[in-house]
Amino acid sequence: MAALVLAEHDNKSLKDATLVAVTAAKALGGDVDVLVAGSGCQAVADAASQIAGVRKVLLVDDAANEHPLAETLSAILVKLAGGYDAVLAPATTTGKNVMPRVAARLDVAQISDITAVISPDTFERPIYAGNAIATVQSSDAKKVITVRGTAFDKAAASGGSAAIEKVDGAGNPGLSKFIGQELSKSERPELTSAKIIVSGGRGMGSGENFKLIEAVADKLNAAVGASRAAVDAGFVPNDYQVGQTGKIVAPQLYIAVGISGAIQHLAGMKDSKVIVAINKDEEAPIFQVADYGLVADLFKALPELAEAL
Amino acid sequence: MKIVVAVKRVVDYNVKIRVKADQTGIELAGIKMSMNPFDEIAVEEALRIKEAGKAKEVIAVSVGPAQAQETIRTALAMGADRGILVKAEGEVEPLGVAKILKGIVEAEQPQLVILGKQAIDNDCNQTGQMLAELLGWPQGTFASKVELGAGEVKVVREVDGGLETVELKLPAVVTSDLRLNEPRYASLPNIMSARKKPIAEKAPADFGVDTAPRLKVLKVSEPAKRQAGVKVANVAELVDKLKNEAKVI
Ligand SMILES: Cc1cc2nc3c(=O)[nH]c(=O)nc-3n(C[C@H](O)[C@H](O)[C@H](O)COP(=O)(O)OP(=O)(O)OC[C@H]3O[C@@H](n4cnc5c(N)ncnc54)[C@H](O)[C@@H]3O)c2cc1C
Ligand SMILES: Nc1ncnc2c1ncn2[C@@H]1O[C@H](COP(=O)(O)O)[C@@H](O)[C@H]1O
Repeated sequence: MAALVLAEHDNKSLKDATLVAVTAAKALGGDVDVLVAGSGCQAVADAASQIAGVRKVLLVDDAANEHPLAETLSAILVKLAGGYDAVLAPATTTGKNVMPRVAARLDVAQISDITAVISPDTFERPIYAGNAIATVQSSDAKKVITVRGTAFDKAAASGGSAAIEKVDGAGNPGLSKFIGQELSKSERPELTSAKIIVSGGRGMGSGENFKLIEAVADKLNAAVGASRAAVDAGFVPNDYQVGQTGKIVAPQLYIAVGISGAIQHLAGMKDSKVIVAINKDEEAPIFQVADYGLVADLFKALPELAEAL
Repeated sequence: MKIVVAVKRVVDYNVKIRVKADQTGIELAGIKMSMNPFDEIAVEEALRIKEAGKAKEVIAVSVGPAQAQETIRTALAMGADRGILVKAEGEVEPLGVAKILKGIVEAEQPQLVILGKQAIDNDCNQTGQMLAELLGWPQGTFASKVELGAGEVKVVREVDGGLETVELKLPAVVTSDLRLNEPRYASLPNIMSARKKPIAEKAPADFGVDTAPRLKVLKVSEPAKRQAGVKVANVAELVDKLKNEAKVI
């Protein structure tokens, strides 16, 4: 039994989501290798080789992989899959983009967004925005899996000494081309790895008013998140969205401000350790999951909170 | 050129689902069903491309039980030209749906297939990518903007770090994200005229597809419930609780 984990990275640093996927891969019970596919990404391979319990790092370092195109990356994974019983990736937008192509080529069902490994062929995964948990058993010889970032502990980032083996890429099949990107720049911690998150919803009223959230976030070294309504209204960029179809987060502390608590939003944050809700409507469903609820006008409460911290 | 759009019949997004007591699945009796919200966005995008004069025909396809006809009717009422219902009882997994769609693509020869990024019942987020691989086509998933050119399509994608733009050679597969557009409501006259639009009926076997599931659902259970906590009177009490009771700040 051996598993291959697709590393999530930006050619400079290895993302924590990889460590989570490694833990899930280890739970399958066999050897775990990590694939680093990128361009100028030796540092990432070095970091991956330090992960505790990793047997080997496969490194594809060529210009075709500077940006993770699904068509290019899936071709590499398909080529390597022959040597493995399972191929896993974090359930990031990259993993979600690439892995179904791999599964289709191997003619297997993908098991999306697993939250537990029951046995090497049986897994738990949330369905219906996390309102039900399905236990599924795969009859496919090879497993293709994406792993929910909040569901497993991170493997230790150091302690390992895996060998790095260079392998050839698959080139770009010429179907698609990266044109550009607009990444949100922020000095704050990333949403999916932050210990504390302060999120704003439609109740914030404008993007300008997110300054009130940021003032609180600054005091707590927190990430800033949002509901779909706040993103749709253009208050904040799309990558702030927490929820069923946005990012899944589970910080130590999640503060929801001016967010009603629709099931699609709860799906993304209800596994947080402590939830605080600030909402002027005492009937808002968010209070049903909040450990501490403050019924208040956010325009008064947020400045007070920033002051008190 | 033609555009194929995949539309799935799912439990309406407003319904709070219940797990069956015997843990075999979700209580579906008497539950409101609707078109998967991402698929409404997919249909809308196809219609806008057609209205811009860049496509001639929009074909809505659904794989599911007889009632999936209603989902196709909704697409037709929005403006799609015709429908194809591939009748299948029980849940067809994304791989099966992708194989069926491949058969339809081979028969219809569209230049673009638009799907939702994710069905909100199984939350799989797979079908579009699988279809693209099976066809050997490029994909633009999680699209928030689609610009169709003569031989290529530019897609702005919602990714974890922000936005990414890719250019795909046609034919291509696109999957819709929430910000791609705001789907229209079907007007009453359009609902009426949609009744006359044709819906062809097919079976998975017509495309040589075996829809037997690869994943066996051993059980469906309720997630751990969160207890509602306490209300605090003011910000000072909140900060005190977070510091001294929860110890998270
Ligand atoms: C297919 C699909 C996918 C979706 N995916 C997601 C997702 O991933 N994430 C997500 O978040 N949503 C998602 N949604 C949307 C979801 O259903 C809700 O519409 C959304 O979460 C509502 O956002 P909100 O709570 O900010 O807005 P609202 O529901 O409008 O709530 C605003 C809240 O602010 C409060 N408020 C207003 N003014 C003040 C004030 N001055 N002080 C204090 N409180 C105030 C109000 O009392 C209210 O409770 C999805 C929907 C669909 C159909
Ligand atoms: N049974 C189906 N019939 C038609 N389209 C489907 C079906 N299942 C999935 N799709 C399409 O594939 C998208 C993604 O679904 P999924 O991969 O199941 O999350 C949906 O938004 C639909 O566009």
